[in-house]
Parts: sequence; C-alpha cells; structure tokens
Amino acid sequence: MTTSVVDNGVNVAALLGAREAIADAPEIARFQWRSRVSWVNGTHSSAEVDTFHGFGEEQRHTRTFTFDVDHPPQFAAEDNGITPVEYVLVALGGCLTAGIAAVAQQRGIQLRSVRAEVAAEMDLQGILGVDPEVRNGFSAVRVDYRIDADATPAEIEALVAQSQKRSAVYDILTNPTVVTVTVS
Amino acid sequence: MRHATTVVIGAGHCGLAVSRCLAAHSVDHVVLERGEVAHSWRTQRWDSLRLLTPNWMTRLPGHAYRGHDPDGYLTMPEVVGLLEEYATGAPVLTGVTVTSVRAFGDGYLVCTDQGPWRARTVVVAAGAAATAAAPAVPLPPGIPTVTAADYRNPAGLPEGGVLVVGASASGIQIADELARSGRPVTLAVGEHVRLPRTYRGRDVLWWMDASGLLDERWDAVGDLLRQRNLPSMQLVGAPRTLDLNALRRQGAALVGRLSGVRDGAAQFSGSLANVCALADLKLNRLLDRFDAWADRAGVEADAPERFDPTAVPEPVLSARLGRGGIESVVWATGFRPDLSFLDLAVFDRKGRIVHDGGVTAAPGLYVMGLPFLRRRKSTLIDGAAADARDLTDHLVDHLDALAGRAS
Repeated sequence: MTTSVVDNGVNVAALLGAREAIADAPEIARFQWRSRVSWVNGTHSSAEVDTFHGFGEEQRHTRTFTFDVDHPPQFAAEDNGITPVEYVLVALGGCLTAGIAAVAQQRGIQLRSVRAEVAAEMDLQGILGVDPEVRNGFSAVRVDYRIDADATPAEIEALVAQSQKRSAVYDILTNPTVVTVTVS
Repeated sequence: MRHATTVVIGAGHCGLAVSRCLAAHSVDHVVLERGEVAHSWRTQRWDSLRLLTPNWMTRLPGHAYRGHDPDGYLTMPEVVGLLEEYATGAPVLTGVTVTSVRAFGDGYLVCTDQGPWRARTVVVAAGAAATAAAPAVPLPPGIPTVTAADYRNPAGLPEGGVLVVGASASGIQIADELARSGRPVTLAVGEHVRLPRTYRGRDVLWWMDASGLLDERWDAVGDLLRQRNLPSMQLVGAPRTLDLNALRRQGAALVGRLSGVRDGAAQFSGSLANVCALADLKLNRLLDRFDAWADRAGVEADAPERFDPTAVPEPVLSARLGRGGIESVVWATGFRPDLSFLDLAVFDRKGRIVHDGGVTAAPGLYVMGLPFLRRRKSTLIDGAAADARDLTDHLVDHLDALAGRAS
C-alpha cells in the first residue's frame, strides 16, 4: 500500500510533543519574548532580537537578528527601514501563515502555495493629534489569502479560520493588552 | 452511623437514573438531595425555559415519553413533574446537603448536615451546572449583573440596554427574550456552536441521535479535552431556529467576545467575523455528515439544504456602561460543577475532577452527568440511561471484587 506523504515542512510531531509536555508541566509553557531597541538618529532606530525564555530556561536564536525601523521620505525621514506599524503587518502575516502550515500539516493537507496581502487602514489625524476622536492605531486590518492546496475550498477556509483562532498576533491585535512602560 | 452500600449524591435525572439501575441490581442505596427532587430544574432556570431536546428524547431507565406531543419541548414545571413521578419509590432523602466525602476503610464516609453515612461506593450526580461562571471583569458600580442561573425574566432587569455575554444556549435564548421585550440588547459572541432547529424536515436532535453522533464514546474521540469544553448548542425549545442571524433580525447588536472594561466602556474583541466563520464551517461539516449518513442509511427526508452564512455586522469594539448605554449585564458564560465537597485526590491542577468515563481514581467513586462523560449525550437527559447502566455495571463489579477480597 502506498500513502502520499504530506510535507509542509512542519514538524507536527514535535509540536504535539511540546503540547503534551506542557499539559504535564504547565510552568514550562511560560515564555518571555524580548527585543532591545536603540535610537540611531531622527526616526531611525535599530532593534535586536536574540534571547528569549521558555521551556523552563533561557533560550537563544541561532543568531542575533537586527531590524532597522524608520519612516519613508514622505515623512521627511531617511527610510532606513520599514515603519513600526508595517512590522505589525509583517508579524500578523507571518503568524497566520505559520499557523496555516501547521494546521494543514496536522490535517494532512499538502500546501503548494500560500500568499496573502496584508493591509491596514490608519488615519494620521490620530498620531498627529489633529482630531482627538481618531485613534492612533489601525481602524481596520485586512488579510486576503490565496492558497493552492490539495483540499476543498471549505477545508482551506477552515485552515485559515483555525489559524486565526490559534494565532498570537491575531489575538494581540483583536484584544486589549496591558502595556507598562517605565524609565530606569 | 447509618450505612448504605451506595450513596448517590443528587436527585436530578442522573442520580435517579443511577438509582433505578442500582435497584435493578438489588444494590442497597440512598439518594441524598440537598433540596427537593429536581432541585436545580426548580431553582436555577429562567421562567420561559423549555428543554432543548424534543419530548421523545426524555428517555430514562424504565421511562419513555408517552404523551401526545413527542415533537414538543417540556417546560421546567413539566420536567420537575416528570422527575418527581420518576422518583416515586426511589430511596431519596431530601433536604440533606452533603458537606464532605472522604475515604473510610475500603469505602467512604459521607458527611451531611443531617449526620454521616458510611458507604462502600459513592456516585456523584450533583450536576454539571451547579455554579454559573462569571468572568472577573471589573464593571463600574451601579451596573447590576445576573448569571444565567439567576436570571428569571426581562422584568427582573433594570430599564435600558442589556449586555448579554455569551452566545451559547443560555445567552442566545436570554438575548432573544430580552430583545422581544423591547430592550436594546448587545450580545457578546465568542466561540459558539450554530445549529438549525430542524434540518431536512426533522429536528436536528433527531439527526444527531439517529446518525449515532450522540452515542460517540469518550474513549473513541480525538481531543477529548476539547470535546468536553465545547460550548452548548445554539438551540431554543421551540419549533424555530435561533441563531445569530435570527437574533440580528430580532434587533440584537452582535459584538465580539467581551475582552475588558476601560474608561467606563465595555471592550469587545475584533474576532467576531472569525468565530462566526468557524461556526458556519463547523455547521456545514455537520450537515455534510448527516447527508452522507442519510445516503448510506437510506433515510427518507427532505432535500439537503445549506443555511445562509452568519451575517457579521459592522464591527463595534466598545459600548458605554451606564449613562444611557448598557444598564445591566447577563453572564451567560457557562456553568461549572461544584464538587468541592469531595475531600479526595481526584482533581487536576485546575480543580476539574479527573475521571475515565465517570470512573475516578478513587475505587468505588463515580461521577455522572458531566460533559462528554462517556458519550457525547452525557449531559442530555437522554444520555443518563446508558451512562448510568455502564457505571452501575462497573460499581457492581467493584462490590463483587470487595466481597471476593473479604471472603
């Protein structure tokens, strides 16, 4: 008997193993994510990400990742990197797409291509303080997926819905979070 | 000290079903009930509530519906009447509150406010819905709240807008009743289970029962934890579908899950569209399953149909609390059992009782009536019979083993 092997490059066994381990020892599920940021000049800053905490101990990426954050010339800036709000879109798209791959792997669905357009609406009157009724952040975020996979349209819709249900960034964007900023 | 081979805690449909099965095995037992027979059916239900299952499904060991309206839905007084009649001859002691159960010899010591009982075995049938859960959301003072267990009718709430939190069975029915009474209703919707009342001309419970879905066993389904935590079905005990589309037509405003309160306003999650999409997709998978089964089984029914997707309104992310906005809140956020009287190591780190199909790690201690205890239908009245029979068989085997050890 031959069975087609679905491979989306996701190690589902490892993920399910982690889920089981966490069910037995919930304290190892407590993670902390970190980023260091330093101002360069103008609206340009540089952020580094390397360590995090989880599975009960200090952890480290395979290398230090550096991200330039800036604004485009239209804001009289030097465009050394994308804007902070665009990083939010990068995060959302990356989170949902990773989720789609993981859920597809678990459901035995072979993906061929997954593409999404991520767009957010924002009214600058908020951050510029022109109109106090306008919020600083996004008024709406849209993600439009084009997915080619060995699955029915309903199965593909279910993948995308389940990915939202289990997405950290989707949750961060759709629900309030307490943010504490201090100066030491 | 008084003694019974088995003490059953709770004289609701589960405890009474177990009592019937124990009697059939000639197991000497007593049923201890804190109030009267069918206590929570009398005291923790709103006035207009009817059973969500059709009358023909009110089957218990030794009891079947023989009335003239098999497709109707019982009112709460009718359920109470049914259980009172069913309890006739059962060894029920009412007005006895169990305060603790602890290990004692090769059995248990059951302490009550009327003195202790010694028992070889104990069946806990104290209800899956003993406590209404209310989230710890800090509402501003002056906003009365009521849980689905305490809600009675619209007149019990102050004038003005009502926020109903939760869109499962209780939440949608209460929201519907409030909207019909003319109240401005906001319904906070999280994950939910959408169902039509009828499908292809038959009650949806008929499809679930006949296709075998309700008989699915706890030891044969994947992800039991998830199955046990599924929200209750969006149904009303009436010949009409009560889903989010129907509630919108009734004038209720749909918003996302209640995520907090800030600056005197309730905040709602932006995930409404996705929870609706999940419920619509899940409903269609269920209907696909019914259709496939109907084809295989040669069922005669109306043609397959599919329902309109849930129409998601323009997003609303906050609502003013008080000052002409929301003047009261109904928590329809689920129920929990209260098994705090069990002085035994049978709970997990979240305080949930650990059991394998109702059999706990404490020998001779059983639990009944919890979500997906042994079958998908374990929390339905119709689910008590099979579970009671299985657990009574296990209990009798345990008694035989004890007797064998003693001889």
